[in-house]
Amino acid sequence: MGGKTTSQQGDEAVPESTTFSLAGARKGFLACVPVALGVAGYGVLFGVLARQAGLTVAESTLMSATVVAGAAQVIAIGVWEQPIPVAVVVGTVFIVNLRYLLMGASLRPWFRNLSPLQAYGSVFVMADENWALTMQELRSGNPTGAFLLGSGIAIWVFWVLATVVGAAAGGVIDNPATYGLDFMLTAVFVTIAVGLWEGRSDLVPWLVAGGVAVGTAQLLGGEWYILFGGLAGAGVEMVRYDD
Amino acid sequence: MTIELDPFVVAVIAAMGVATYVTKAGGLWLLGRVDLSPRVESGLEILPGAIIVSILAPELVGGTLATWLAAGIVLVVAWRTDSITISLGTGVVAILALRAVL
Repeated sequence: MGGKTTSQQGDEAVPESTTFSLAGARKGFLACVPVALGVAGYGVLFGVLARQAGLTVAESTLMSATVVAGAAQVIAIGVWEQPIPVAVVVGTVFIVNLRYLLMGASLRPWFRNLSPLQAYGSVFVMADENWALTMQELRSGNPTGAFLLGSGIAIWVFWVLATVVGAAAGGVIDNPATYGLDFMLTAVFVTIAVGLWEGRSDLVPWLVAGGVAVGTAQLLGGEWYILFGGLAGAGVEMVRYDD
Repeated sequence: MTIELDPFVVAVIAAMGVATYVTKAGGLWLLGRVDLSPRVESGLEILPGAIIVSILAPELVGGTLATWLAAGIVLVVAWRTDSITISLGTGVVAILALRAVL
């Protein structure tokens, strides 16, 4: 669930009525199963990492079932220590997930016809992957309002089950360094970064983020440098945005 | 032991869940009422990448030569193959080999 996001808002020709049916949810579920299998691989990895960070199987699973945000969860695990730096963990999760604002907004033209329960219930299981599939479906002229929910349920089921598997497996490994698993989190972040790279225009904000993070990591204690670096990168991007 | 739930950890997870749901529902709710400028949107889009780099940079600066080289290998493999599985697999093999050699 660490994929990239593009925001496209509102100008499409929106059909009059968006449906919300079991058939629509089923269509979304089936369309998303292949994608959800990929998400499951990532879920196993999250489970292993969460376990190494000191969470129990139950805690790891609870996190996957209630947070449902892959990149944010992996990042939270990356800053998880004893004692838990609560403000940094929750703050980082929030900041990383701010892109969901754009994704939610892009659904609005279709979702405003749905009941609040249908619309606000569906977004609970919204992740990068099923959001992208849903936008494809909606833009292709099928006003299948339950597609997000159905595809999201597919993601949720695979994500949660994979977390259980990963967390159980992670508990068997008693000395992670023996298997190079202590390097795994770094490798995961490098891989996600490569996936998020959209071209040379990312270079300046990324360099600023990295520079500020290194600087503040030395000046301040704790894990605050992650928030400072991230916000500095976004700030620079906004300042140099050219419309 | 493995099925234990620490109440404090559960509270942190609940707070993470609320923080995430607010962003997911917030787009649906807020953005019909307030328009975000393209400038702010571009800032929001850069956030996940900027956060990841902020985690990685200090870690790599303080890392060993083996970590740098293995991270470089993961970078190239991820870029070339676009596969999480292959890049992580290569990364684990690389870090073990490099630690043995260096």
